[in-house]
Amino acid sequence: MSTLSLHYTVSGDDFTRAGEASGDVKKQLKALGFPADVIRNVVIALYEGEINMVIHANGGQIDVNISPERIHMVLKDSGPGIEDIERAMQKGYSTAPENIRALGFGAGMGLPNIKKYTDEMHIDSTVGVGTTLALTVLVKA
Amino acid sequence: MTIREITNVLNAEVLTGEDKLDAEVFTAFGSDMMSDVLACANEQTLLLSGLLNPQVVRTAEMLDMQCIIFVRGKRPDAEIIALAKEKGIILLTTELTMFLSCGKLYEQGLRGGAVD
Repeated sequence: MSTLSLHYTVSGDDFTRAGEASGDVKKQLKALGFPADVIRNVVIALYEGEINMVIHANGGQIDVNISPERIHMVLKDSGPGIEDIERAMQKGYSTAPENIRALGFGAGMGLPNIKKYTDEMHIDSTVGVGTTLALTVLVKA
Repeated sequence: MTIREITNVLNAEVLTGEDKLDAEVFTAFGSDMMSDVLACANEQTLLLSGLLNPQVVRTAEMLDMQCIIFVRGKRPDAEIIALAKEKGIILLTTELTMFLSCGKLYEQGLRGGAVD
């Protein structure tokens, strides 16, 4: 295997479908024989990112690059942007509205979870323009 | 303990996954907040929740959880059941509260698993 590139468009208006991209990535990584812990780290981070896109940004684009050494993910949206990234990284800090909490998200764990389950995380966000999240999970021997 | 034993302890109804009831589980996690499940769940194979939407199934899927127990008499709709079926996840529903469900399963030897 050299590298495999996957692309997904995340719809912003259908919360029930959020997680479809992550589910597909999980299936692909499983088929490629990646270790279970690597797969879990990738899909949890990706799933939280996907949920964020739906909750906050009316959807977006996901690119996943899979190589034997690492899985690299780029999540790009044209949402409102993150005003205070430092605060958004704190556990429990959330700007999600009440209706999102009723759906089981918006506990302020999204970005902290993504950080927890990835080896590298870069947030590039501009208020009013959008957010790009670059994530890497390394495959350790 | 097996899922079959769990259904007996909680007097639970099987909504999908009848063919997998002999699967054995050792650890469980209970929450209505899926982000907390994603943050804390580590190798747990059973999820107890009172939340009813497809993201409960998705969360279990991402974490390789085998079984979801809906507590407080919550009954998922056909869409949620179909998604669980597609993902091979067992769904149960019990009239018991979250507290009682967890307590009864703990009493039977089920544990919480490692949380870092």
